[in-house]
Amino acid sequence: MHRSIGARARMLAALAGVLVVAAATTGCLGGESDTDSGRNADAKEFTLTIAANAIAGGKNAAGAEWVEKWVIPQFVADQKGKGRTVTVKFQPSGAGDEEYKSKVALDLRAGTGADIYSIDGIWVGEFADAGYIKPLSDLAGADKVDGWDGWSQIPQPAQNNMSYQGKRYGVPSGTDGRVVYFNKKLFAQAGLPADWQPKSWDEILAAGQAVKTKLPGVTPIQLNAGTAMGEATSMQGALPLLVGAGAQIWSDGKWQGNTQAIRDVLGFYEKIYKGGLGDPVIQQDAKGRDKSFQAFAAGKIAILFEGDYFWRSVVEPNKGIAKMADRNDAVGYALIPAMKPGAGIRGQDFVSMSGGGGNVLNPGTKYPQQAWELLQFMNSKEATVALLNGAARITHRQDVNSEVLAGDPMLSMVSQKVLPLTAYRPGFAVYPQVSQALQQATLDVVTGKSAADAAAAYQRAVEGLVGGADKVASG
Amino acid sequence: MPPAETATAEAEAVVTPVGVPAPAGTPTTDVVGLGRLRALGFITPALLLIGVFLIFPAVWTLYIGATDFRLTGTQAAEPNIVGLANYERALGDRSFYNSLWLTLLFVLGSAVIGQNGLGFALAWTLRDTAEWVRRTVEALVLLAWILPSSVVAFLWIAMLERDGGTVNALVGQVPGTAWLIEYPMLGIIIFNIWRGTAFSLMLYGAALSSVPPSHLETARLAGASGAQTLRDVVFPYIRGHALTNTLLITLWTFNDFTPYLITAGGPNHESEIIAVYIYNTAIVGGDMGYSGAISLIVLLINLLLALVYLRAIRTAARLRRAT
Repeated sequence: MHRSIGARARMLAALAGVLVVAAATTGCLGGESDTDSGRNADAKEFTLTIAANAIAGGKNAAGAEWVEKWVIPQFVADQKGKGRTVTVKFQPSGAGDEEYKSKVALDLRAGTGADIYSIDGIWVGEFADAGYIKPLSDLAGADKVDGWDGWSQIPQPAQNNMSYQGKRYGVPSGTDGRVVYFNKKLFAQAGLPADWQPKSWDEILAAGQAVKTKLPGVTPIQLNAGTAMGEATSMQGALPLLVGAGAQIWSDGKWQGNTQAIRDVLGFYEKIYKGGLGDPVIQQDAKGRDKSFQAFAAGKIAILFEGDYFWRSVVEPNKGIAKMADRNDAVGYALIPAMKPGAGIRGQDFVSMSGGGGNVLNPGTKYPQQAWELLQFMNSKEATVALLNGAARITHRQDVNSEVLAGDPMLSMVSQKVLPLTAYRPGFAVYPQVSQALQQATLDVVTGKSAADAAAAYQRAVEGLVGGADKVASG
Repeated sequence: MPPAETATAEAEAVVTPVGVPAPAGTPTTDVVGLGRLRALGFITPALLLIGVFLIFPAVWTLYIGATDFRLTGTQAAEPNIVGLANYERALGDRSFYNSLWLTLLFVLGSAVIGQNGLGFALAWTLRDTAEWVRRTVEALVLLAWILPSSVVAFLWIAMLERDGGTVNALVGQVPGTAWLIEYPMLGIIIFNIWRGTAFSLMLYGAALSSVPPSHLETARLAGASGAQTLRDVVFPYIRGHALTNTLLITLWTFNDFTPYLITAGGPNHESEIIAVYIYNTAIVGGDMGYSGAISLIVLLINLLLALVYLRAIRTAARLRRAT
C-alpha cells in the first residue's frame, strides 16, 4: 500500500462530508408535513385510492367486493353527475393484522400510499402521536367535517373508537363484541346442551373435560394465546378473561401488573393448556389463528372464543374463510361468563370486549376535499346497506342497524345483550406494547411456565414500558 | 482465485509507459498520467455510490441507534437522543444473546459444516461420474438455489406442516408432528443447507478441476488411501478456495432473512436468528432505535468475521507460494 498523506487527508475530508450530510438530515427522522385543507379543491379530474385489509376471495372478501363493485362505480357515477372525472382504485391486502399495521405505518410515514386507509381503532392513538394521521377537521376543514349529517347516526362509543384526545381522526365502520362459540353437534355427542350458557370459568372447563373424555381427537377449547396471534390473543383471550376477573387493563391511572386478576387469567390458561383441554402447538404456529378457524369448521374444536367477526366472515356459509354450510344449525354462541357470577367488572355476571375499525384520511393526500367526500360517501346509509348486501352485521349507523339486525339472531344478541355489558381498550399509544407483554405472558404459560412466574415476568415488562412501578398495579 | 499481491506486483512491473511524459510533480504511481484532478473525476462516481449506499446507511444506523425512535407513537414524531442507552440495553438483553447464539448455531450448522461439507462431498463424488449424472445433480442443486425465497418457503411449510404435510403423510403419522414448532432450529438449518449448497458445489467443482490429474495418479500409484489423497494432494490446492467459500457463505448466512418466511422466529423466539430478531424488534415491535443499535453491533461482527477470514486467506496464499 502506498497511501500518501494527501490521500489520507482526502479520505478524512470525504468521511467528514458524509457526517455533515447525515447530521443535516437528522431533522428528517421526525418530519412534519403541512396540511392545507383547500389544496386541489377545484380539481375536475383526480384519482383516489382506498386501502383496506380485505381482498376478494380471501380475508374480509365481502368488504373488498363492496369497495370494488359498489363504492367505486357508484362514486364515479355520482361525481360524473357533478362534472368531475374520477378514478378510484382499491389497494387490497390479505395479511395478518400486525403485518398490515406495519405496512400502513410505513406508508403513512413515507407520506405516500392510499388516500383512505381502513385501520383498527386501537391504532389511532399511536398513529396520531406519530403524526401519521391528523384530525379530520384539520385535513378537510372543520365546517365540512362537523357539518356531515352522518355523525348523528353514529353512537358516541363507536365514534370514540376512531377519536383520540377528543378529536375525530376517522369515521368508524361498526363495532363488535366477543362471545364464546361452540359446536352444537360435538356438544350433543358429548352430552352437553344445545343451549349451553356457562356461568363461570369452571363450567367452561367442565364442558371441555366432557368433550375430552367423550370425543378423543377433538380439541376441547380454543382460547387464543401467544404472540403469533398478536392482538387477537388479547382481544379474544386475555382481555375478556381479565374483565371477567374484575379488572380492566388500565384504570385509575394504573396498568394491570402482577395482580390477582392477572394471575387468575393466566391460571385459567394454565388449566386449559396444561390440563390437555387446548392445543398448545397451534398457539405458537405463525398461522395459528387461521388454522384454528379451519379446525373449528372441520369439527375438530368444540369451544372457541371469538368476536362476531367469526360468525359473519369466518364460518359464514358463502363468503367465509372457513365456510360452514350448516352454520345456523351447528354453531352455538353464549355470553362469556365472569370468573364467578358477579365477579366481573362493575359486578357483572357476563363480560365482553369491543373494538372496531374505521377509515382515516392520509394527511399526504393530494385531494383532501375529494377524499373526505369519498369517505362520507362510503359511510352513507345507502353505502352501509350495500355493504351488508343482505347479510347482517353491526354497523356504525343506528338507522341501518335497526333495519337489518332483526334478521340475524346472533348479531341481534350481540347488539342487545353484549354491547350493554362490554368494555373497551384504553386509547393510549403505549397500549399495544402492554398488550404484547400480556400476549407474551400467555405464551409463557402455554410453553410451560407457571402462571405465577409468567405474571412476575409480565410485571417487569410492563414497568419498563409505561415508565415505572408507580404506574403499575400489583399485589 | 489468484493471490492479490502477485497481481499487484505484476501490474507494477508494466508501469512507466514509454513516450508519455509524466506531468511534472505527479507521483510515480500515476501510471496512466491522468493527474490528480482527472483521476479524482474518474473515481468520484464510484465514491459517491459507496457513500450513498454503504457509508450513509451505516452512519444513519449509528444515528438511529442513539435515539429512542419508534415506528409509531410520540417517539416517531420527535425521537430523543438517548446516547448509549440502547447499547447498554443490548448488553443486558437476554433475547439478544439468545438470537446471537442461535445465529452461531445457524451459521455453523448450515453454512460452515452443512453447505461446505455437502458441497465438497457432492463435487468430489460427481468428479468421476457420467456426464449426464453430474449435469442432472447440478441442475437440481442449482434449482434449489435460484427459486424465489417466497416460493421455497411455502414449499417447505407445506412439507413440514402438522396437518396434511408431505413429511407426515409419508411417515403416516396421525396426528402428525409439527416439525417447525418442535424442531425449529433444525428445520431452518436443514432448509438452508438445501437452499445454499449450490454455491459451494460449483466453487469446489471448479477448484477440484485445478488439481493436476498427474498428482492424483501419482498418489494412487504410491498407494495413498482416499483420505490421504484428500489431505496431502487435494487440500493444499483448494485451501484458498475453501477459505473464500467459507467467508462468503458465513457472511450470507449470518445475514440471511429467509428463515423468517418459514418460522417468523417462532415459536417463542426459538428460531429468532439475528436478522429476524432485528426485523421483529423494528417492524413488529416498532422499536426502531433499539434495533438500530443492534444492527450496528451486527455490522461490527460482520466486519470482524471478514477480517479474520481475509487474514486466513492471505496466510493460505503465502503458504501456497512457499511450496
